[in-house]
Amino acid sequence: MAGHSLTKGRVVALLAHRLAILAYVAFALFPLYWLLKVSVTPNKLLYSEGIRMWPSQTSFEHFDFVLKHSEFPTFFKNSLIVAGSTALIVTALASLAGYALSRFSFRGKYWIVALMLLTQMFPLVMLVAPIFKMLSPLGLTNSLTGLVIVYTAFNVPFATFLMQSFFDGIPKDLEEAAMIDGATQFGAFRQIILPLTLPGIAATLGFVFTAAWSELLFSLMLISGNAAATFPVGLLSFVSKFSIDFGQMMAAGVMALIPACLFFLLIQRYLVQGLTAGAVKG
Amino acid sequence: MASIDISNIRKSYGIHPVLHGIDLEIRDGEFVVLVGPSGCGKSTLLRMIAGLEAVTDGEIRIAGKRVNDLAPKDRDIAMVFQSYALYPHMSVAKNMSYSLRLRKMAKEKIASVVAGAATKLGLEPLMERRPKALSGGQRQRVAMGRAIVREPKAFLFDEPLSNLDARLREQMRAEIKKLHKDLGATSIYVTHDQIEAMTLADRIVAMHGGIIQQVGSPLDLYDNPANLFVAGFIGSPGMNFFEGRYIKLNGKSVFAPTGGVELLLEAPANLEEGSRATLGIRPEHVVLGADGPEAQMAAIDLVEPTGFGIILHLTLGPVSLKAFTLDRRFLNATGEIAVRLPGSHLHFFDESGRKV
Repeated sequence: MAGHSLTKGRVVALLAHRLAILAYVAFALFPLYWLLKVSVTPNKLLYSEGIRMWPSQTSFEHFDFVLKHSEFPTFFKNSLIVAGSTALIVTALASLAGYALSRFSFRGKYWIVALMLLTQMFPLVMLVAPIFKMLSPLGLTNSLTGLVIVYTAFNVPFATFLMQSFFDGIPKDLEEAAMIDGATQFGAFRQIILPLTLPGIAATLGFVFTAAWSELLFSLMLISGNAAATFPVGLLSFVSKFSIDFGQMMAAGVMALIPACLFFLLIQRYLVQGLTAGAVKG
Repeated sequence: MASIDISNIRKSYGIHPVLHGIDLEIRDGEFVVLVGPSGCGKSTLLRMIAGLEAVTDGEIRIAGKRVNDLAPKDRDIAMVFQSYALYPHMSVAKNMSYSLRLRKMAKEKIASVVAGAATKLGLEPLMERRPKALSGGQRQRVAMGRAIVREPKAFLFDEPLSNLDARLREQMRAEIKKLHKDLGATSIYVTHDQIEAMTLADRIVAMHGGIIQQVGSPLDLYDNPANLFVAGFIGSPGMNFFEGRYIKLNGKSVFAPTGGVELLLEAPANLEEGSRATLGIRPEHVVLGADGPEAQMAAIDLVEPTGFGIILHLTLGPVSLKAFTLDRRFLNATGEIAVRLPGSHLHFFDESGRKV
């Protein structure tokens, strides 16, 4: 910022702006900070030190316990399998369906869209019992496959609309040019349109992954026992009849954040990039 | 290279007809321009030839082969889009070679063909750039390059210059013409710009309301417009029209504009006596500062210098009239001026708008 262009009023405005952003960031990140703080507080200080911003002594005893003596690694692995599979399957289906909705007109399109919207209108709690009733005879309760199926079903409609809006943003001329150049419709989709939709695909993957990663209601209802439990359910196992192991629970929570963070680090390049720039006059 | 035959093509979107039975034969190597106002169906016709729009009725043949039901990729035609439609994630070289790679052409051959086209279009220093790093004119060239590497049966152009500024448009127009001279490829070019149509075309197809109004050489359309639409569309500034009646007075042929001064004609027009008609004359054919018995006085409303010439807006009786002259003496003309409408340059159109 060039110094001479800063009048007093502008400095104040700039300062107020930055302070507002800072306040927001602090507000949003404080729970995460508290999670981290509790997770490194030794048990003996947890209730004795009162409310402090940082414990007088830190230790990794909770992490150690969670990794070695709890079933957390199983929960973590289960969650990774469920959320990863759901994200991949949903994104693949939503890409194809979103492309069809964006580019083709076909009989029944209106009704398909209406029905997909309809699925988004029910509170999920209403559907727990019927879904349990459906999955139970198929042997899909208490199984990761069952969870993947349920999560996929619930995430496909929204992900489809999301992908459709990304496809709508890509000029139709591009695939027409590809088809005249000698590509089939699917070839044009795969070689021209799909690479340009990477930001959209990344966003959809991220959205579905985090949704499935933190889902509690269905995994709690459909899974019994620790073998197939996902990590949100697993966190509840730190709540016992007589006490809550806050330290261990927070340590598990911190570790559960890692995949989501890694995932967004991986895809952030695509989220900010406008890949279609320069395609057509603009 | 190939001929393209279009017979009785119709197109409807639902119940809305867009093209009403188009017949057109395009010869091998010919440069045909489809021209007309927005919504006249010219782009739709082009897209049907390309295979991007389904044919409702009729037949399209490329090199004698019926292509109605062929996918665009099997028609062996190249198209330059108004938006250029360059693949944004590919370099210029990759953009130009995409079609050849799809055809599994040998790598060395692709490289030499692409290099040849790049030289022809002056694109060599840009080959590794992405489209977003190119200017409008450069993008336009890449789009042309992508078309010519294919050596297709025909080139289709969909208003390729309308996104460029005036100077660049002029330059690219000349380049397209040169390119066509070099390659001798059958080309169909859609535009609403009549200057592009006049300068590029071997034959112009003037369209309006989904119907072909006239097909002919540029000067044919200019000198002998088949109807009121073509007469008004071709030429700038546009032709002057006077509505009125064709009558005989003392054995002489006279055109009586509605409410205007009667005009004595040198020769009888091919119109029935007493019938309603429209008279047309191009602004450049109006004689200014005339004397003699046929001269009429017109009021000068406005003088527009274009640099090249001068456009005068006149009022002759109740009708307005434009005149175009290269004579700078009229730059400061005011008040009234004597004008004459020479008989050899008059066009008559009957009540249905057809030229007679």
